[in-house]
Amino acid sequence: MDLLEKLAILSDAAKYDAACTSSGARRGYEPGKIGNTSSSIAGCCHSFSADGRCITLLKVLMTNCCAFDCQYCINRRSNDVRRTAFTPKELAELTIGFYRRNYIEGLFLSSGVLRNPDYTTELMIRSLRILREEYRFNGYIHAKAIPGTSPELTYQLGLLADRMSVNIELPSEAGLQKLAPDKTKSAILRPMGLIRDKVQENKAELVKYKHTPRFAPAGQSTQLIVGATRDSDRHILNLTQSLYDKYRLKRVFYSAYVPVVESSLLPALDTKPPLLREHRLYQADWLLRFYGFRAEELLTKQQPDFNTALDPKCNWAISHLEQFPVEIMRADYEMLLRVPGIGPVGAKRILSARRTDTLTYENLKRLGVVLKRAQYFITCGGKMREGLRFTPETMLAQLEAMERGLLPPHEAQQLSLFDAVG
Amino acid sequence: MVWTDTIYQYDGTFDGFLCCVYESYVNKEFPIAFDGDGEWIFSLCPVRTVNTVSEHARRIYLSLTKRSPLAPQIIRKGFLTCLADKEQHLYALIRKLYEEGASVLRNRGDPVFYPVAKAIRHLDGELEKLRGFIRFSDLNGILGAEIEPKNRVLPLLRGHFCSRYANESFFIYDRTHRELLLYAKGKSRLIPVDSFEMANPCKEEYLYRNLWKKFYDTIAIRERNNSRCQNTQMPKRYRGTMTEFQPESYFTPPESPAALQGPSAPGGIPAPGKPSESLPSAPG
Repeated sequence: MDLLEKLAILSDAAKYDAACTSSGARRGYEPGKIGNTSSSIAGCCHSFSADGRCITLLKVLMTNCCAFDCQYCINRRSNDVRRTAFTPKELAELTIGFYRRNYIEGLFLSSGVLRNPDYTTELMIRSLRILREEYRFNGYIHAKAIPGTSPELTYQLGLLADRMSVNIELPSEAGLQKLAPDKTKSAILRPMGLIRDKVQENKAELVKYKHTPRFAPAGQSTQLIVGATRDSDRHILNLTQSLYDKYRLKRVFYSAYVPVVESSLLPALDTKPPLLREHRLYQADWLLRFYGFRAEELLTKQQPDFNTALDPKCNWAISHLEQFPVEIMRADYEMLLRVPGIGPVGAKRILSARRTDTLTYENLKRLGVVLKRAQYFITCGGKMREGLRFTPETMLAQLEAMERGLLPPHEAQQLSLFDAVG
Repeated sequence: MVWTDTIYQYDGTFDGFLCCVYESYVNKEFPIAFDGDGEWIFSLCPVRTVNTVSEHARRIYLSLTKRSPLAPQIIRKGFLTCLADKEQHLYALIRKLYEEGASVLRNRGDPVFYPVAKAIRHLDGELEKLRGFIRFSDLNGILGAEIEPKNRVLPLLRGHFCSRYANESFFIYDRTHRELLLYAKGKSRLIPVDSFEMANPCKEEYLYRNLWKKFYDTIAIRERNNSRCQNTQMPKRYRGTMTEFQPESYFTPPESPAALQGPSAPGGIPAPGKPSESLPSAPG
């Protein structure tokens, strides 16, 4: 089989992994090596595929042969697909060839389980070692830790990679037992705990010894599949929150389930992936990481799923009207962040600008505040925005009407004659 | 004393612009227009031709640093943007800096600072995108790329690519501003060029182009197709120089010398100023 065919098979098998970021590691030029890691905090996108997702890393599997039989996975052993594997040398050469042409920021290496987890991880270590040591590659590497691998090997892998990840995939243990009979919750969480501890140890060592080899400097991430099981948004978001708290994850990715295999345990093949639900979860995820929200605030027992017609922040604000309106000239940073239409950048600009100037609505626009959202929740110098008419009752309809225009056409609801007009 | 309205002619460089600021304060003249590209402006106003003196430029630069440590960086970046009448906007900002101090730079909503801040944001956005979207071709060991940016990004891309490909030799050609960034053996130079031809790539290059195209097409999940999102993230104006959006001829090596394409249009990249018809440029 030639390289082109192998690449097609092994990237096709890897594409359902959502993680594709190159953030978190900053490394400049090192003599004798090729590459640096991106100078910006957000990483660097090299292209966008037809589905609108960013391509930043060469995302491939080491091999798509797999000993496991997870129902949701295209590479499960009972699925009849062509199987192949990269040789470590091939993979290293391909990565360098792409990197030199600025196609990619680095390598994302995952793998099916060939023979057993230890053997697979050894294969991955060998590839990364060739890449780092023979080809002197100094760019970004994201490596998957395979559940069930012995801790020593996972540690070795982490010394070669910038970021590591272990995919939880199914957000509940019941789902795991039903759909991934070869995996257990503890087998997934064990490497996660290991990576967390090693990263912390490594940080402490780096303070003492400058040249300690770095272990996964960009931390770890994971992925949850949305829509393959019946777990509620609240369950998924609470899980996310505890992953950030307990395992110090850098990111949790959500992947709307795309039916790839026929199985009586899974949604039918013609089910559309729940993209809007995935989008709402990402919005909420941002609120947890950058806006100081907690999962318990966003969803409750009474409302276990997100309102598809409204973003989570607006949704929260609407049900906490007692905290609004907020006076722009006086509110503190934390409160400004909770206003729909104001983000971290806008809030910081407001703090800086109001030291020298009395802010007006026109100013706010220039500071990057999205007034069409924020106007319902703020006062500027004690005044509401001129010409704005609303009551707490009509507000929801007005916000929803605005949001409707932003949704992709097939996700937006059909306008009804009986909708309240904004 | 009233400042006289004057038209300033200078050499189009950043130092030249700083000298204009210097001259304007020395002669108590208010520059109502700047002419940095040799195009004559017809007017009844007096015209002053400003010679670039590095000592004067330095004085202005240091005085800006004294007002605010952020100021020189903002003015320099502002000068690289594609803002219409950028010199006048920057001149107004410098005046306000001298009169009111650093506070103007803290308020992004300030009517004098806002146009410059907005233009710099546009520049930063383009810079961020181009760091990823630039595509090199291997021309027998030397890496070469072409870009078509709106702002003058090459001076700002320099550091990133010189660190990334420190052991390589490479060049990046800016079609819009006819500028070439050259790098080899730890040294880089930025030179204006009149005409530019890209050499034909080596055999191996075609293999990698095909591999990349294959990867690009495979990695998309069909069930999630979302061209609106794709277009927002990657406006069409960038695609003219990106490997994955080139026509088929870009991926097959020319068989005989007769089949070689003209020098100014290497392998299907549209020549400068002639956007290919299949790729309409993005609005704005």
